[in-house]
Amino acid sequence: MKQLADAPIPTLPINARISRWFGRNLIRIYAVFGFTYLFIPVLYTFIFSFNDGGKSNLVWKGFTTANWQNPCGAPEVCTALGNSIKIGLLATTFSTILGTGIAFAIGRYNFKGRSSTNLLIFLPMATPEIVLGASLLSLFLVFQINPGFWPTVIAHVMFCISFVVVTVKARIASLDPRLEQAAMDLYANEFETFRRVTLPLVAPGIAGAALLAFSLSFDDFIITNFNSGTLSTFPKFVYVSATRGIPPQANVIGSSMFFLALIIVVVGQFVGNKRKPH
Amino acid sequence: MADASTSAKGDLRLTRITKSFGDFTAVDDLSLVIPEGSFFALLGPSGCGKTTTLRIIAGLEEPTVGSIHIGAVDITTKKSYQRPINTVFQNYALFPHLTIYENVAFGLRRRGIKDVKEAVDKVLNLVELPHLAQRKPTQLSGGQQQRIALARAIVNRPALLLLDEPLGALDLKLRRQMQIELKWIQTEVGLTFVHVTHDQEEAMTMADTIAVMNEGKIEQMGSPADLYDNPETAFVANFLGQSNLIKGTVEGTDGDSLVVNVFSQRIKIAKSRSHAKDNSVLAGIRPEKIRIHPEGTPATGNVLTGGVIADVSYIGVSTQYQVEMPWKQELMVFEQNDDGVPPLNKGDAVVLSWESIFTFALAGDEDASAGSEVMPEDLDE
Repeated sequence: MKQLADAPIPTLPINARISRWFGRNLIRIYAVFGFTYLFIPVLYTFIFSFNDGGKSNLVWKGFTTANWQNPCGAPEVCTALGNSIKIGLLATTFSTILGTGIAFAIGRYNFKGRSSTNLLIFLPMATPEIVLGASLLSLFLVFQINPGFWPTVIAHVMFCISFVVVTVKARIASLDPRLEQAAMDLYANEFETFRRVTLPLVAPGIAGAALLAFSLSFDDFIITNFNSGTLSTFPKFVYVSATRGIPPQANVIGSSMFFLALIIVVVGQFVGNKRKPH
Repeated sequence: MADASTSAKGDLRLTRITKSFGDFTAVDDLSLVIPEGSFFALLGPSGCGKTTTLRIIAGLEEPTVGSIHIGAVDITTKKSYQRPINTVFQNYALFPHLTIYENVAFGLRRRGIKDVKEAVDKVLNLVELPHLAQRKPTQLSGGQQQRIALARAIVNRPALLLLDEPLGALDLKLRRQMQIELKWIQTEVGLTFVHVTHDQEEAMTMADTIAVMNEGKIEQMGSPADLYDNPETAFVANFLGQSNLIKGTVEGTDGDSLVVNVFSQRIKIAKSRSHAKDNSVLAGIRPEKIRIHPEGTPATGNVLTGGVIADVSYIGVSTQYQVEMPWKQELMVFEQNDDGVPPLNKGDAVVLSWESIFTFALAGDEDASAGSEVMPEDLDE
């Protein structure tokens, strides 16, 4: 035993070590390529937000921070952004409230037509946006409602609801029903149980659904284009500008949205980790 | 919320409770009185209806028919939050978003109790975990979570505390320790505990009274010693420990005993331990009550001759023998290794004997293997 302990530590032959290194690192190499592919467009957008390109932002003409100092510099860009944010917040609020209600109904209760409701909820997600947009427009016109701000909000609520339902329902499904039984066992009536146990536990799902709804609404072009009339939104602004060259301010706003989303996710993770450190 | 029902006190009475799920009858016309202050165990294999019974008592299931009373108060139609009953759930069901302190305070706050802090501190001291008050449940070990689940229930001082397989998720050593602790806490707080388990050792260690359940009915109810020494059915005889059940015929009586012919040998069984309906009986004897001797040794009491050792397992405190009898049945014998005599060997011819008072008799038409094919330790509901 003593002799074995004193012997030099045997080393692996070089080819075994190389293949072991690849075995351990292949997934990392793959991940680096994957993320590069995903983030090159974002990086491009971010870099060109510093382009001193004036109205057209297609070729690099020099570094400037002027676009970041004055993001509303390009005509109409901030009006469009403001409209998109307003529509996004309203659509998020309504679709989150309605969608959460539907998710609880489908996830928790057995009623006639439950499975068909489940199916119908999926339909807007599966229907091509161009069809949804066109039929919503004709629907509004039949009811003599002119395209504009509120028809756009209604349209956005409609397609956001499905995503909210699916997201919240998944969270409800993962909720241990014994926790609610335990609350009832500990003298909490139905309302108290919902407020003190169910809602706090489902809240992360609802928050996620709200973020998703906002980004879907903010991002939407096709349905919005049909139903917003002359109202300008950020995606519409970018689309229209594209023919003449998108102003670098659009890159500033796009990059800001990306970083904002990143911050929300990182903070969310941090708070989540703080709650359960293991 | 504090109406008459939440302050009800007294014995728990289940009257003719039946619970059906479609065609399946989980609980079948069950009547039961659980005396105030007792430690009561519902013991049975998976699917015997014990958990459903517990859920009916807790108010988490409604009985199809029947009524439930605590003392004189009918709580059959009360919601679970209106009953003076708290439950320690199988996997504890601690609220993951609340601290340990808030978990324990939950019931007190819902009832609008004033001195929450004092009561919570006291009960956390009782379970010896006051230093964990500000942690979250996921930061606790299984044993600690178990104690917090218990603390969260007993802090409300319910008329009845229900424990649903409370120790099932713990390892053996911790389970033993918690068994002793639970019993101590029950004595300390003086509440009525109703404990559901499939683990016969757990039930016997803790409970004053055990009801053995099978297929929605109570097979037998009594103290652990009663059930073990004087089982009334083959299911109880096999589910609580192990039994040798030998077919026999009653030939006559001798004082307070029945004389039973088992394969042409005669043994005696006390009349008080006979649950036979006619002359056909299953004579029962626990393996550890039997003495094993080399053939030719004189023996007293009930004696069976002609055995041959088919298998020997030495397990430290005892040696277990499988002895094949002339009628081809193998009997189990557990012999304490306390006499310095070396164990007998496979193939040795032996005589078995035991004090006749240890024998019990079951009805001869019973299935001698009932309750033995389910290995209680492997089950989980």
